[in-house]
Amino acid sequence: MAASAAAAPNRVDAVAIVREAAVAAVVAVALFLPLIGFHTVDQGGVLGIETRFDWLAIGVAAVFLGRLALATYRETRTRRLAPGAFAGIGARLEAIVQASIPWVAAATIAFAFALPFLPFSNRYVIDVATTVLIYVMLGWGLNIVVGLAGLLDLGYVAFYAVGAYSYALMAVTFDLSFWVCLPLAGLFAAAAGVILGFPVLRLRGDYLAIVTLGFGEMIRIILINWYPVTRGPDGISGVPRPSFFGYPFTSSPPEGVTAFHQLIDQWLAGFHRMLGLAYQGFDYSGQHRVIFLYFLILVLALVTNVFTLRIRQLPVGRAWEALREDEIACRSLGINPRNTKLTAFGIGAMFAGFAGSFFATRQGFISPESFTFTESATVVAIVVLGGMGSQVGVVVAAGILVLLPELGREFAQFRMLLFGAAMVVIMIWRPRGLLAHREPTIRLNRPVPIAGSAAP
Amino acid sequence: MTANTPRLADGSAPLLTVEHLTMRFGGLIAIEDLSFQARDRQITAIIGPNGAGKTTVFNCLTGFYRPTVGRLTLHLPTGDRLLERMEGFRIAQAGVARTFQNIRLFPRMSVLENLIVAQHNPLMRASGFSFLGVFGARGYRDAEEQAIIEARRWLERVDLVEQADWDAGNLPYGAQRRLEIARAMSMRPALLCLDEPAAGLNPHESAELNQLLLSIRDQERIGILLVEHDMSVVMGISDRIVVLDYGRKIAEGSPAEVRNDPAVIRAYLGEEDDEALPPEVARDLRPGEGA
Repeated sequence: MAASAAAAPNRVDAVAIVREAAVAAVVAVALFLPLIGFHTVDQGGVLGIETRFDWLAIGVAAVFLGRLALATYRETRTRRLAPGAFAGIGARLEAIVQASIPWVAAATIAFAFALPFLPFSNRYVIDVATTVLIYVMLGWGLNIVVGLAGLLDLGYVAFYAVGAYSYALMAVTFDLSFWVCLPLAGLFAAAAGVILGFPVLRLRGDYLAIVTLGFGEMIRIILINWYPVTRGPDGISGVPRPSFFGYPFTSSPPEGVTAFHQLIDQWLAGFHRMLGLAYQGFDYSGQHRVIFLYFLILVLALVTNVFTLRIRQLPVGRAWEALREDEIACRSLGINPRNTKLTAFGIGAMFAGFAGSFFATRQGFISPESFTFTESATVVAIVVLGGMGSQVGVVVAAGILVLLPELGREFAQFRMLLFGAAMVVIMIWRPRGLLAHREPTIRLNRPVPIAGSAAP
Repeated sequence: MTANTPRLADGSAPLLTVEHLTMRFGGLIAIEDLSFQARDRQITAIIGPNGAGKTTVFNCLTGFYRPTVGRLTLHLPTGDRLLERMEGFRIAQAGVARTFQNIRLFPRMSVLENLIVAQHNPLMRASGFSFLGVFGARGYRDAEEQAIIEARRWLERVDLVEQADWDAGNLPYGAQRRLEIARAMSMRPALLCLDEPAAGLNPHESAELNQLLLSIRDQERIGILLVEHDMSVVMGISDRIVVLDYGRKIAEGSPAEVRNDPAVIRAYLGEEDDEALPPEVARDLRPGEGA
């Protein structure tokens, strides 16, 4: 357009921009003076105050210049670009991202299976990856409740706790194996979901969120105070570690029991003998269990994902989404809102129960401290940041939310600040989540290739 | 009424009988002692000035309100059902479908999905309450095929096949109205209740709506109950009209009878000695002639 026309008002705006930056700087002075300007120090047992006006000056200057740059960018951008220009690029980018999702998903799964055998992988990498996968699984489970059924559940950690304690108590008390306890823990958690779902059937939105938050806390407080059963704040220790389908991960198994490394050793020896190759032997390593746990959670998470993708295409899944969109319309179509909500609560809780029993067997020790509101909030944040209902979005968001604090360890006390800043940026940039696009569960016409044009 | 419902003189059987329906909200009486019948294969309209209680009748009928007093009987070939004792979704399952004054689609689901959700209950049974469906059972696949065929039939009738995979919320207003009717009809109801289906439609669209409603009545052979302000729709297609004012029935009969009923004219226009009528009211005075 007209560059000269844009230049003239720019000069007038310069004063306004400087004034805006100055106002920001004044606010910064007021805020930073107590926060940065003064610094308490220990002067031989007495608390003294030191001033740090140099830091203060740097901070205020940074705010002033940053605001100046931001305002200048804003002014020039709105003047030079037609309003739709960015929208067009955004839509095209979105279409490209959408088209590539199946490939990216396949590549990610392949990478996840290969991860423990890659050259850079070590115990730390696998541990972090396992943690990410626990959150991915919790995110996928909660996605059923929040993303599909639209029921904002802030107490999801309660079902995670029920699963973990069910497994720990059954395994410790009755000496049941992991593979027996896992479905039972899921069942108990689902039952807890249905029971807690009943009182909140009539609630929606904020009210539902508050009540579920309360339920989450109630479960935690019960765990703390019901000492005879849960052993309260002491927690349950000595939770049996998982075995490889009956073959334990130990360097020296008791009489008559074959350890995992011995089993593999026998297999490999036989295999090599068959091919006539030399064989060095397969030794015990502490890493075997870590890798096994990693694969276990990977498979559990993928089961959750496949189940969710399938159930979305079933009547109950469509009814969940319809319930999210309009509950009154659902009732007028003969959908039983009570059953539909309870199945969502129950199935969502079941996957939290599975994840919980995995958590218990991985840690070997559980206490109520592991099931605080922060956990619920993190899982909700994963679902919301990823884009409600988006399975791939959950993976991306779980990656960001777990890895970012992990990567930020070097920044020590600033890492939560970085974490918060990242959340704010994502919410400004994509208020409906990273991947908010929803693909219909069923199509009548062939999908129209929309490479460049925006979807209707 | 009784189980073996007698055929009326014009050969149509009663489909819905409302007897002594009364609805009070605290001290406010929204409907008082209302009785009327809607007949099978007929279009029955409920009209009345603003606040006359028309939508309240619908809400009682579809289970959103529980009537203070009264009996609502749906006469089905399988027997009579008492609607006033049933929960909303059970009334819908019994065969009463409804649309809403302010459209209530599932905006972020596709047009086709809206119609599939309406067939929830048969599909739910076919999927073995999801247990079989998760494993892709053959019976469910076939049932879903059938549901899509039914949905396509309705999309063709309301001319939305092209837009089948759009998000319902992205449709133009008139198309959303048509989709809501198609969604209600996908349930294969015995009685279709339409709450102001012509609201916000232009004259061309509302003429199309008339054709659609008449074709539903004649081809699907079901009863339609209609609340409407647009007199061109009401007078054009109704077989019977019930007129409400302040929650009471003030007239009932064919369009011609109702149009000339002094009580109706009084309710719409006030007492006859009101002389200087505003033009829009004067137009309503001879409602049927505008169409």
